[in-house]
Amino acid sequence: MSWRRLGRRLLQAVPVLLLVAIGVFVLLELAQGDAVDAYLAGIGGAGDLTLAAELRQRYGLADSLGARFLTYATSLATLDLGWSIAFARPVLDVILERLPKTLLLMGSGILLAALLGIGLGALAALRRGRPTDTVVTTAALVLNATPGFWLGLLLIIVFSVELRWLPLGGFSTLDSRATGLAAVLDTARHLVLPAATLGLTYFALYLRLMRGAMLAAAESGWVTAAKARGLPTRRIVLRHMARPALLPVVTMLGLQSGTMLGGSVVVETVFAIPGLGSLAFEAVSQRDLPLLAGILLAGTVLVVLVNILVDIVYGRLDPRVGDNLGRVAGD
Amino acid sequence: MRMGSPWSGLIGPALLLLLVLAALLAPLLAPGDPLDMVARPLTAPFTDAWFPLGTDQLGRDVWAGLVHGARVSLVVGLAAAAATLGVGILAGTVAGFRGGLVDDGLMRLTEAFQTVPTFLLALALVSVLGASAGNVVLAIAISSWPPAARLVRAEVLRVKTLDYVDAARIAGMAPLAIAFVEVLPGALQPVVALAGITVGEAILVESALAFLGLGDPNLQSWGSMVANGRALIRTAPSLVILPGLCIAMAVLAVSLTGDGLARRLGLGTRS
Repeated sequence: MSWRRLGRRLLQAVPVLLLVAIGVFVLLELAQGDAVDAYLAGIGGAGDLTLAAELRQRYGLADSLGARFLTYATSLATLDLGWSIAFARPVLDVILERLPKTLLLMGSGILLAALLGIGLGALAALRRGRPTDTVVTTAALVLNATPGFWLGLLLIIVFSVELRWLPLGGFSTLDSRATGLAAVLDTARHLVLPAATLGLTYFALYLRLMRGAMLAAAESGWVTAAKARGLPTRRIVLRHMARPALLPVVTMLGLQSGTMLGGSVVVETVFAIPGLGSLAFEAVSQRDLPLLAGILLAGTVLVVLVNILVDIVYGRLDPRVGDNLGRVAGD
Repeated sequence: MRMGSPWSGLIGPALLLLLVLAALLAPLLAPGDPLDMVARPLTAPFTDAWFPLGTDQLGRDVWAGLVHGARVSLVVGLAAAAATLGVGILAGTVAGFRGGLVDDGLMRLTEAFQTVPTFLLALALVSVLGASAGNVVLAIAISSWPPAARLVRAEVLRVKTLDYVDAARIAGMAPLAIAFVEVLPGALQPVVALAGITVGEAILVESALAFLGLGDPNLQSWGSMVANGRALIRTAPSLVILPGLCIAMAVLAVSLTGDGLARRLGLGTRS
């Protein structure tokens, strides 16, 4: 993907992000009580009306709706997401601190879902109508109907409580002083169950896409041509069926990143992983609206970035996209 | 997704019928408020004939919770799905039929709503509006309408070029009437395929919200039962297993039924 194309994709995201910012502002306005109420309740001075009026004046909360939005938008533009009441720290700092853990969890979840979907989808397509196909597609259907939090708890019952193979939750062993490889392995052990939960609940969609696309490719002219040329079956399956079938799967990976992020809210709460998802839960239970708004915005930006990343991968997989388009655009 | 035997088409509707019966007959199957304490706490399942599935740590009957939970899941799921599809159909029809600036604006809006992670948005909405069954329905609808809008818009764009729509135009019908009376019915068929998935998703979102403590506090729902059993996962795993099984069954039932319905209408592959 050329730089120019990347720039264009980023520009396309601007109106979407602006609309989301307006939406989040409306959401904050809908909430009963503003930051001053929360602050006064915090210091135990809820009854002092003159102080409240003074504070509202100072922080621009007494301004008109339009002026308030302008203040909000300018602070967003300078990456100021406001002040978290619950953590008594800037929202952005809290979010950035939690983000890496969620990225790791989401990344492993997406990777696992994609691998399961692609592998099993290809298998089901090659064994179409046979018992393997039925078992695989039925399992995917059932897992897809399973709520993530429940599957996570089931995995905990089996692998942590009964078998004692894997830790109950958390991101790393609490009193561990391990460094280097040992620390990585420790975190990996903690990630197995949550990533498996995400992967297992979301792979059905990729399986369906992969299976369908493989079957469509099998009936295509180019596969017939490849067979007529006497190419080995392995090569036909990998090069002429699986590769084109990967395209819809990759597109869907980007489109589903938001769903995966939503899923990790619940999964992180189940496994006590201190990431963005459990932060959202904390923001809700402590009624910390600036933090909640910040998480919504951060999640949206994350989805936009993942989709751009997917575009780049797509260009690599499908030579018709990317470079050619770049050349058309004048590169 | 296709399954082997001819009986498989009946699994979804049969499960759904079972759940609907449980929901309808809940006051007869388990009279009284399922949130009431009725027996010794933590009775194990299959040990007491009066409380076949046991009780939780507050002595609440698990069986009563499950059948009354069916009401919450099905009613909230169906209402939320209906609202989701309603908003999506409205936005999709207007965008597709009007075209131009209205279409551009609505599509940008759809894109924006689709970019915000659905569950995060639903979570934020319920927490701002307050946890009640009505607000859960509203939050699900607001956060999940974009796919329906896109689907309907695409269909409306196809249908509005057909001859009978031109005929209506020549006959002097008002544009709004053409859009909703002539074009929309023709564009609705693929929505049927989406309906089962939408209801299933709505049930899953409702249960996840209830699991996080954002369900209606006055109703016993499956998600809140799982959350409640979580603390006793070592000693009484059935408190977690049973309600979760119900959620999975309900979602499976509606998506299989929707799928079967779509296939019967000849829409088999496009779900």
